Amino acid sequence: MAATDTATITGEGTEVVVGLEHYLAVAAILFTLGIFGIFLNRKNVIVILMSVELMLLAVNINLVAFSAALGDLTGQIFTMLVLTVAAAEAAIGLAIVVVYFRNRGSIAVEDIRVMKG
Amino acid sequence: MIATLAFYLFAAILLASATMVVVARNPVHAVLFLILGFFNAAALFLLAGAEFLALILVIVYVGAVAVLFLFVVMMLDVNFAELREGFVRYLPIGGIIGGILLVELLLVGAAWTVSPQAPLLIAEPVPGAVTNTQAIGRVLYTDYVYLFQAAGVVLLVAMIGAIVLTLRERPGVRRQNVGAQLARARDETLAVMKVAPGAGLTVVPKPEPKREPEPADHGGHGHGNHHGGGH
Repeated sequence: MAATDTATITGEGTEVVVGLEHYLAVAAILFTLGIFGIFLNRKNVIVILMSVELMLLAVNINLVAFSAALGDLTGQIFTMLVLTVAAAEAAIGLAIVVVYFRNRGSIAVEDIRVMKG
Repeated sequence: MIATLAFYLFAAILLASATMVVVARNPVHAVLFLILGFFNAAALFLLAGAEFLALILVIVYVGAVAVLFLFVVMMLDVNFAELREGFVRYLPIGGIIGGILLVELLLVGAAWTVSPQAPLLIAEPVPGAVTNTQAIGRVLYTDYVYLFQAAGVVLLVAMIGAIVLTLRERPGVRRQNVGAQLARARDETLAVMKVAPGAGLTVVPKPEPKREPEPADHGGHGHGNHHGGGH
């Protein structure tokens, strides 16, 4: 049933072109790269935020792959929601970085340890 | 066949650009590689049959998020070379943890199969005759309308939060005061006089109308006419 459903997505009765496992492997590697980036750039908030974006992208790839493989649209809906949250997170995170830089003149992570402004 | 080749091409570029995002020396390059990665992820979405999400990804991520990153990276005057100290020091621990996680994920993926009952759990089967965008629209505005609204609220809160965080009142900025402009009366600023031909006109300056004291005005930038006579 899943196969027939996905076949209708692509139109001319073709099977889904690439297997689910390939997508999952790509997403796993991408997620790992995101975590690796957080460890590697421990001082730079901006690169950490970019790594978080990469991890969210990996989650999105997973959701879309499952959605296509199972023929269920819910995954794509949730991908949109994750996308929304990622955009909001990037906006707020970068705003905080800008304000912090304005106050302290630095964005090094280890300087961020005082709670009062 | 071509689709498989395209998948591997896009996946390889995606992973390569993600690696470059992580290890790039210059954060501007990192952001540009992030954009490249998003484009390739959008291509992967297209191959999976999610055209709408692919284009949304390009619009939202490339058009908004990545450009926001680019703005911030270029706006902040940070010595990014300093921030890269400890890169080599954290390389082993990051590699170990990342490697463990990757192995775990791949092991889980290798041992995992789709349950035969999985098709029974499908909440929103893909309808046959309509395009992907239509199908998403049918589902999103009916069954998931509350989540859709919640997403809108999230974006609204993010917008207000970003504005509130970055707005600052700078002292010494002369900005338009609409109330003061509208409250100006004619006889405060204008005097109509009859001037006889050949005779001069001595203007007795009226007393300055009471103005709200502006703290920034005492620096002398504003009242150029005080200094102008001396030169």
